[in-house]
Amino acid sequence: MDSFHSYYPLPSRLSVSDLCDAIRRGSIKAEDYMASTLDRIRRVEEKVHAFITIVEESTLLERAREIDRRVRDGKGFLGALAGIPIAVKDLICTKGLRTTCGSRILEGYIPTYNATVIERLEEQGAIILGKTNMDEFAMGSSTEFSYFGPTRNPWDLSRVPGGSSGGSAAAVAALEAPMALGSDTGGSIRCPASFCSVVGLKPTYGLVSRFGLIAYANSLEQIGPMTRTVEDCALLFSHMVGRDPLDSTSVEPPKTVFFSKKDDAMDLVGLKVGIPKEFFGEGIQESVAKTVRKALEKLESLGAQCEETTIPSIQYALPAYYIIAMSEASSNLARYDGLRYGLRVPDRGYGWNTIFAENRRLGFGPEVKRRIILGTYALSAGYFDKYYLKAQKIRTILRMEFQRAFKRFDVLAGPSMPILPFKIGEKVGNPLEMYMCDVDTVPANLTGLPALSLPCGFRNGLPVGIQFMAQAFQEGLIFRVAYALEKSLDLREEPRL
Amino acid sequence: MPKERKLSRREFPDSKKEGDSRIGKEEVKHLAWLARMKLSNKEIDAFSQQLSQILQYFRKIDEVDTEGIEPTYHVLDLTNVFRKDEPRTFPAEEVLRNVPEKKGRYVKAPRMG
Repeated sequence: MDSFHSYYPLPSRLSVSDLCDAIRRGSIKAEDYMASTLDRIRRVEEKVHAFITIVEESTLLERAREIDRRVRDGKGFLGALAGIPIAVKDLICTKGLRTTCGSRILEGYIPTYNATVIERLEEQGAIILGKTNMDEFAMGSSTEFSYFGPTRNPWDLSRVPGGSSGGSAAAVAALEAPMALGSDTGGSIRCPASFCSVVGLKPTYGLVSRFGLIAYANSLEQIGPMTRTVEDCALLFSHMVGRDPLDSTSVEPPKTVFFSKKDDAMDLVGLKVGIPKEFFGEGIQESVAKTVRKALEKLESLGAQCEETTIPSIQYALPAYYIIAMSEASSNLARYDGLRYGLRVPDRGYGWNTIFAENRRLGFGPEVKRRIILGTYALSAGYFDKYYLKAQKIRTILRMEFQRAFKRFDVLAGPSMPILPFKIGEKVGNPLEMYMCDVDTVPANLTGLPALSLPCGFRNGLPVGIQFMAQAFQEGLIFRVAYALEKSLDLREEPRL
Repeated sequence: MPKERKLSRREFPDSKKEGDSRIGKEEVKHLAWLARMKLSNKEIDAFSQQLSQILQYFRKIDEVDTEGIEPTYHVLDLTNVFRKDEPRTFPAEEVLRNVPEKKGRYVKAPRMG
């Protein structure tokens, strides 16, 4: 593969699957690839700040050399992702590698075990490059709520990369990593994927084990892949799924979740695409709507039939989502007391309650505090029925409406985000305005359905993403549609860094 | 040394009118204390205003008729899932490495009360 040197120092332009083949054949050395990745990080990381922690260079190179040795000797198991570096969102536990959740309260926390998804990917030979920046405890849509400072959007350093998996998206977009893991509770993969022009999938609830994912809102969140192409996304995803005895909500994946580009992928004839008009409702920027509509026209030129439809309760999804997420958060985050791990203020003879309250005052940032307080409120006596229970009932209505839509349509499509990436600092002082960014992404979490954000164009040099949703376990179909559109759009822009 | 505030089990002062979703400063402080968080005065001021605004927006769900609708606590139709109850052990020194205050192999807790 002599094209390698013409790519240098940006070999991450290669797709992950091409790279896998090249490393297995020995035409690219995993060590060389790792070295060039590290070189790229050295050049751009200072501007982007995608990572909270990067694994030591010597360790990374040694791991890559081990893969090369196996290739050379033809001995030892070579996994499907052998030698491919991966950036991991900093709320996925990595044994022996600091995992902070973007929070001061876990600043020095070193997990004693790996998340199941990490076990699976390392088994396939993937090499963990480092831990990426995020909104504290995944609460935010801009990565500005990180204790470690904001990540910058590689396409415009004065703007946010989206959140909460902003570090993972920025790392992939800035060619600092060929692939990354994010997590999505209300859009935390799809929002930054859209803002940074990468592919991001929120899988069907249950497909990816949550064991080792530091919990925010258990009934909503999933770990998912973030990559530069649809094919890479499908490849990484195929090695993440599977039932896990350590997560009782995990399920065995049916065949329909997988994708192979041989499935005469370019042909979308007969595909029925529903466009819920609510996705183009109040608050959407005209430039975003235009770009997404153009992508939908492209989809029609490939044979798909697009038709406007309605899912009326989408307008209630956002408040229902926030009530549920905050309630679950207030309960989950009760564990951070500073006793067994985390920030602990000096004793000074204070009692139990004061020490806890002080640890949490210093350890949590403003958005986490707001959500814990509102969650506590929504779950308290007298308000439970009015907020939490009501929100869970709306969730049922929403599920029924989506089920009805999928009787008529194979996939649903619309913008991933209603707006273009905004300026750093623009919304940080107005929580409600920040929440409104998630209006198109939260329905997938409330319903558990799979949803993918695909880059579909640029406006004023800023990325726009299109979102595809399908029935549970129909990831394969989503990949097929997204793959065809991706090929047809053929976006080649790269961020100038 | 500040005096410990006892955990109050009282319900929220229910003097507010129906439909009023403002959260006053005292209520913010009380809720934060229930969640064992101290707040600065600046935070209390900001949160009272911000949280009231957010709650006002949440009330949008009042418009929905949910009569006879079952809540969805979980999207999967899960039945009980069983596995063997086999303990996994970790080396104590690894686990203890994360403990901020300890005495030997024990986690040191603050005084109760």
